[in-house]
Amino acid sequence: MFGKLTIEALPLYSAIAAGGAAVTVGGALLVALVLTWLKAWKYLWTDWLTSVDHKRIGIMYIVLALIMLLRGFIDALMMRAQQAMALNAGGYLPPEHFDQIFSSHGTIMIFFMAMPFMTGLINLIMPLQVGTRDVAFPWLNAVSLWLTAAGAALVMVSLVIGKFSTAGWTGYPPYSGIEHNPGVGVDYWIWAVLISGIGSTMSGINFMVTILKRRAPGMTLMRMTPFTWTALCASVLMVFTFPAITVACGLLALDRVAGMHFFTNAHGGNMMNYANLFWIWGHPEVYILVLPAFGIFSEVVATFSRKRLFGYESLAYATAAIAFLSATVWLHHFFTMGASANVNAVFGIATMIIAVPTGVKVFNWLLTMYRGRIDFHPSMMWSIGFIVTFVIGGMTGVLLAIPPADFLVHNTTFLVAHFHNMIIPGVLFGYLAGYMYWFPKAFGFELNRGWGAASFWCWLIGFYLAFMPLYLVGLKGMPRRMETYNDPTWQPYLMVAALGAVVVLCGIVSMVVQLYVSIRDRKLAADRTGDPFDGGALEWSTSSPPPPYNFAVLPTVGDREPFREAKKNGTAYRRPASYTPIRIPSNTPAAVILGGFAFVLGFAVIWHIWWLVVVSAIAMFITVIARSSDDHAEFTLSAGEVKRIEDERFRQLGGRA
Amino acid sequence: MLAASVALLAGACDLKRAAVLDPKGPIALAERNLLFDAFCVMIIVIVPVIVMTLWFAWRYRASNASARYTPAWDKSGKVDAVVWSIPAIIIISLGVLLWRSTHKLDPYRPIENAGPATEVQVVAQDWKWLFIYPEQGIAVVNQLAFPAGRPVSLRITSDTVMNAFYVPQLAGQIYAMAGMQTRLQLLADQPGKFVGRNSQYSGSGFSEQHFEVLSLSQGDFDAWVAKVKQAPGRLDAQTYPAQAAKSRAVPITYYSAVEPGLYDQIIAKYRHSGHTHTQNQGAGAPARR
Repeated sequence: MFGKLTIEALPLYSAIAAGGAAVTVGGALLVALVLTWLKAWKYLWTDWLTSVDHKRIGIMYIVLALIMLLRGFIDALMMRAQQAMALNAGGYLPPEHFDQIFSSHGTIMIFFMAMPFMTGLINLIMPLQVGTRDVAFPWLNAVSLWLTAAGAALVMVSLVIGKFSTAGWTGYPPYSGIEHNPGVGVDYWIWAVLISGIGSTMSGINFMVTILKRRAPGMTLMRMTPFTWTALCASVLMVFTFPAITVACGLLALDRVAGMHFFTNAHGGNMMNYANLFWIWGHPEVYILVLPAFGIFSEVVATFSRKRLFGYESLAYATAAIAFLSATVWLHHFFTMGASANVNAVFGIATMIIAVPTGVKVFNWLLTMYRGRIDFHPSMMWSIGFIVTFVIGGMTGVLLAIPPADFLVHNTTFLVAHFHNMIIPGVLFGYLAGYMYWFPKAFGFELNRGWGAASFWCWLIGFYLAFMPLYLVGLKGMPRRMETYNDPTWQPYLMVAALGAVVVLCGIVSMVVQLYVSIRDRKLAADRTGDPFDGGALEWSTSSPPPPYNFAVLPTVGDREPFREAKKNGTAYRRPASYTPIRIPSNTPAAVILGGFAFVLGFAVIWHIWWLVVVSAIAMFITVIARSSDDHAEFTLSAGEVKRIEDERFRQLGGRA
Repeated sequence: MLAASVALLAGACDLKRAAVLDPKGPIALAERNLLFDAFCVMIIVIVPVIVMTLWFAWRYRASNASARYTPAWDKSGKVDAVVWSIPAIIIISLGVLLWRSTHKLDPYRPIENAGPATEVQVVAQDWKWLFIYPEQGIAVVNQLAFPAGRPVSLRITSDTVMNAFYVPQLAGQIYAMAGMQTRLQLLADQPGKFVGRNSQYSGSGFSEQHFEVLSLSQGDFDAWVAKVKQAPGRLDAQTYPAQAAKSRAVPITYYSAVEPGLYDQIIAKYRHSGHTHTQNQGAGAPARR
């Protein structure tokens, strides 16, 4: 009846694991209680969970990302604490638990923090920037969100029922095969990644079609904002590469569940095929994450330097070049697998070539700052911190691209420091810059600057303290993922790294305080014009938050900074002669229901509850058919209603209109 | 201030002895020098970028009214040419370095002009390393000994999940995979003692899966072989499964005799007849080329 699921699955085997489960369950109960107390369930359901509005979906993605950031960061703190005291079997975590923590940390940070954060920001801003009313497929967009949430929920549930994978975020076989890993941990990893990966593929399709087909009249490709350019390139990569990891996970699942031998040691299986499939997705994934962050930096640096972006065309070409090259370098993740010198050298050189367009981007941001009037808004601080720190990671990346040098430091904490040096200043600083930059657009008031700056400094200093020692201890030959070690000279470095994690914690606390203070003082920092930073792109031409239809009259574009042009020509904030009715997609519970069944399906496969697998698969199918047969998928907002909303907007604008 | 300088100095001295930075053989030395060379080339561009970023941020701060302000300046063909060509030149020069060094330091390529190599067969196990000396007919767990000043030629496989053989002071790492064979060449200039590890996470005993590497004078090596030959244990098809079974923090163990062909059997048990696995022809066949 319940497959492999028994009472044994509860984490009563250790106090720390039970504590983690208690915090998870307690947190969920607390949120439920607060919602009940605020009587917010109905509002949450009708206005958010069932919404197909790209802005609300974007915000929900970002909320998911921030929650998972907290979870992933707790994992990081626990690892740093363990390694700081782990000399000669010291520390407080047994290997089985430590191994789950580094596996969930990587899985969460990539799939359930960075991916939803990026998808959320693109959802929130890109349709506004291209001057359209929604993404091309609004319902599909909601499905993507809820599949991603279903994956995240599986990872969270593994804290309470059963155990998570110990195979690392890359899940390399044969270690992740059934022979070496008979528990449910790897299955949790597989199904979380597989279900959310399907969501990401569909997001990619959605964004790509939106950008290619839904741009406002007059917006040629070379008039798109830099963020939209990067979103386009990232979407193309998502469409082409996410199927690779979905297939890799699917085949690994068949190995485990159906006794097949794609990646096993014996019977013709070959783990090297998995490594190839995984990194054919895995390397472009890095650029899926970082390209939109580059786009954000381009917007932020231009806005807060009060200048037009320098070298826009160079930047667009560099973005496209990086996207193309990123799909040609995956083998550098396993130079140490014994490929021939020719193969290693070709992939090494391809990897280095990416440094050229990336270097061009760095120079373009610098030259945008040059002879500007720089306003140190927190978003700008994240950007400057990014440039300075990211080039260090770029340098270590070029070192690792040389195969014989990689032989020396691959799989050590040097490698760990390198990719965190790309992903924290590159990806996360970019998203946080975007969060602080576009927050007023989403909610109609600005975030507190002081707490934003405090958060930035803690993150920056914490980053250097946490990861510079890891570079050094990697040079001392320390492999990654060690639960204990016998070399006393490593310990001081690991203690400094733990201190760095604590400083980053202060940065995260500052972000929470910033959010609280900003909500408390929202009246004082209200954004009544919709354009708090004197921006140039179309998202600043609407109100903050924008109306459900974004633009009452779709804009016509004649420049790559159309709103700046309009402000200059005096055509901004002009009241149209008349309004027309607007068709808007209706909210639907189908997407969240589909996500719920996907979660049940995943859970049932993990625990081998086969009847439930069949039931949830049929339920998903019926949900899709029902939604597809719905003749009321859209409703019409009458011209009068549009006029009422727009009149209110012009009343707020006051004298400007 | 004083405490900080002392700490910095202590750190610098400590790092001079860091395994990767303190190679004890020509392979590791060449690989480390490659790290240094590439680092120096990259510094040429990294440092100016960092300095320019901080300088521009300070110089063009909004409150500095004396700095020039050119809000409309957004392109320049000359500047574009420079920003594309500087990274391109650096990458071309590093690319040449990369191509040459990757071929020169191919781990399959025998070390030339250093005399005959000591042959060792390496088997990664849960969670220990087995070293088989086919010429001497002996086997050792968690200790790799060889004569200094002469090449060591390793054939590496795994009898479990993927591992990576890593002795940072002598050579870079290479993966060990079941049913397949990888190669690694190394050489220690002087007698000495080094640490070897598995660097590829392989399960709960992974952290304790390290081994001792002994580079000995020829006389000491011969004495070491003689000592191993005194050991009571023998390794053959019957005793091997017990030796290979999962075990943690295993002490150094000597086997005075090894069944010939044991290493090939370990590889062969993962293979079907008629199957060949990618480029790494196992079972004692010549490696990749």
